Amino acid sequence: MMTLTDDQRMLHDTVRPFMADEGAIKSQLRHWRDTGCGDGFGHGLWKQFGELGLTGILIPEAQGGAGLGAVEAGVVLEEIGRNLTPSPFLTTAVAAVRAMQGSAQAERWFPGIVAGETIAALAIDEGKHHDPTRIATEARRSGNGFVLNGGKQFVVHGASADVILVAARTAGSSGETRGLTLFAVERCASGLEIDNVALADSSKAARLRLDEVEVDADAVVGEVDGGWTPISRGLNAGRAGAAAELVGVAVGASEMTFEYLKQRKQFGRLIGEFQALQHRAAHLYGEIEIARAAALKAAQLLDAGDPRAELFVSVAKAKAARTSALAVQEGVQMHGGIGMTDEHDIGLYMKREAVLSELFGSPRYHAARVAELSGY
Amino acid sequence: MADLEVFRAETRAWLEANCPAEMRTPMRSEKDACWGGRHFEYASPAQKQWLDVMASRGWTVPDWPREYGGGGLSPAETKILKEEMAALGCRPPLTSFGISMLGPALLKYGNEEQKKRFLTEIARGEIRWCQGYSEPGAGSDLAGLQTKAEDKGDHFLVNGQKVWTSYADQADWIFCLVRTSTESKHGGISFLLFDMESPGVSTKPILLISGNSPFCETFFDDVKVPKNQLVGDENKGWDVAKYLLGHEREMISGIGLGGEREALGKAVGPIEDPLLRAEIAAFDVDALAFAAMSERFIDQLKAGEAHPAMPSIMKYAGTELNKRRHELIMAAGGSDTLEWDSERSKGGKSARDWLRTKANSIEGGTSEVQLGIVAKHILRLPGA
Repeated sequence: MMTLTDDQRMLHDTVRPFMADEGAIKSQLRHWRDTGCGDGFGHGLWKQFGELGLTGILIPEAQGGAGLGAVEAGVVLEEIGRNLTPSPFLTTAVAAVRAMQGSAQAERWFPGIVAGETIAALAIDEGKHHDPTRIATEARRSGNGFVLNGGKQFVVHGASADVILVAARTAGSSGETRGLTLFAVERCASGLEIDNVALADSSKAARLRLDEVEVDADAVVGEVDGGWTPISRGLNAGRAGAAAELVGVAVGASEMTFEYLKQRKQFGRLIGEFQALQHRAAHLYGEIEIARAAALKAAQLLDAGDPRAELFVSVAKAKAARTSALAVQEGVQMHGGIGMTDEHDIGLYMKREAVLSELFGSPRYHAARVAELSGY
Repeated sequence: MADLEVFRAETRAWLEANCPAEMRTPMRSEKDACWGGRHFEYASPAQKQWLDVMASRGWTVPDWPREYGGGGLSPAETKILKEEMAALGCRPPLTSFGISMLGPALLKYGNEEQKKRFLTEIARGEIRWCQGYSEPGAGSDLAGLQTKAEDKGDHFLVNGQKVWTSYADQADWIFCLVRTSTESKHGGISFLLFDMESPGVSTKPILLISGNSPFCETFFDDVKVPKNQLVGDENKGWDVAKYLLGHEREMISGIGLGGEREALGKAVGPIEDPLLRAEIAAFDVDALAFAAMSERFIDQLKAGEAHPAMPSIMKYAGTELNKRRHELIMAAGGSDTLEWDSERSKGGKSARDWLRTKANSIEGGTSEVQLGIVAKHILRLPGA
């Protein structure tokens, strides 16, 4: 069934007012941006996420979490997107947790994540475009462990993270999925240089330099040379989650815009009375419903362990990004001049959309994946 | 749950035993559809046999009540039947406007006598229906229709003209919107059913750009319609019409999937042009997302939580997607797909199908009409 269950609805009914209140643009996004916070999000709110059981949403009950799935994470992320709430939920509670699940590293980091204290980041990209097979960062065996050398970028919350999951090559060559290994590297590791970069949406992502970074053998998440399994598991969870958040961004931007169409008067009429704007608003509304269906489908297939999950994750990420882009572009345009001001919130949606669209693969990357997975 | 699994096993066994092998092959074209009716020429004995055996079980309309010729199945059982039919590759036993459009409206608005008579005939495929909605002067502004029905005591006397009547030349009966009052635009419309063999009814096919003639002009010249063939109250036909249009839009929106779930990029064969491949991949993203939406919409309908704008959204998105699909098929096929009557091109199938899809966003309410309806729902402007 592609409607929410009673439990999922209850979660929604809890999270929606919480995020609108505690995670509001004024008290979170603008506050941390305008005070020049190095994390770009509030640790207090992350702690509150923990108290609500959200940080451990995907962590098994046996390890202190809620033991829920991608659909529930999506319910939370849609509200995060709607309020532009800055938090490490997507990177830590969704992508990193899924990557680490079942490994020895999970035992170590999950308790802190459940408590809303620990931040984890995923370090995959090495160029300006996402391509998780093109990894040149190298890990060579040394004594009982490994030594890592290379560079990473677009590591969201990398400078705030207690642990960074670094994809490195232990065999094979760039472009191959085999021969990759995922390492849990602590932030204070010697030889790890972190350049904390503010992005357009005021979130923080790091560029990493790894220069002879030594890690123990037990820093390996999953199997040596078998890193593709945890990497793709984490990425697919992250992509499905980003799709849900993008839907939320589209919803937030469109709600604001539709409200404006009903208030703003020009030529003696509400601008929402003009058919040129009505049809564009209606088209956008329909696209958002379709994107939401795609995101829900992807999450359900992931939770069911369905072989089509991979395909629908890419469909959802691509569709949600395109739809969200439409929502924010129409949003700014329909707001007119006021939409270009920093004072108005609609522009903040445009900036968030741009970052989420690129994160874990652009819509073009995912359309190409859809073609490949469909056999053409 | 166990009961449903028993139902599934029994259904599968029954379908295996009763669906003729020929009816388990994919339909090659629209011509393979079984429309039923008085004058229908069955493509083969198997097609007739499949219709009869399904109708006798009420499975041409599995979710309709048994007393009206349906199967009386629950939504869950209906879904299982559809899944099992799909798994065995069974063709639909009957395609009809009676099932997809008139039936749901009669179930809601018909009186007991009408339901017993007409629904049973529809379920058995005995009567083929056509839809008398649009007129030369009433297209998008459907409620502006002028076909007149005068009250003559025991009957209505109908005069006027309909247009875009699908398969009127092959239909047995028509469900028709007529004007019974000029005092109010929407409040002067009534919903009538009548026999196309009634004296005074004539039809004329309209040749389309596709070279085919699925639509007709239909003329009424002093047609007598018994009073008991009025559905709902006199002058309240617009409610019936709108309800039926919702079902029609759902039906048309389904064609966005093109009937199959295979990716377009796979269906059109090797694509050498990287720009075309990119366009087709973008299309497949939209098509798969729309497939998810269709599934969600059906579940929302069942749960009674579909937004009132959803049928229009589905109709708009589905038809625009279908037009895009055929544009891309033409692009991928190049000059091969421009051939109009060669055997190689199966009589210009690609080109004719492509042209036919251009009507998708016009029939059943244009895309612009749908967007207007959606805007009304989402903006809720004062006075709108």
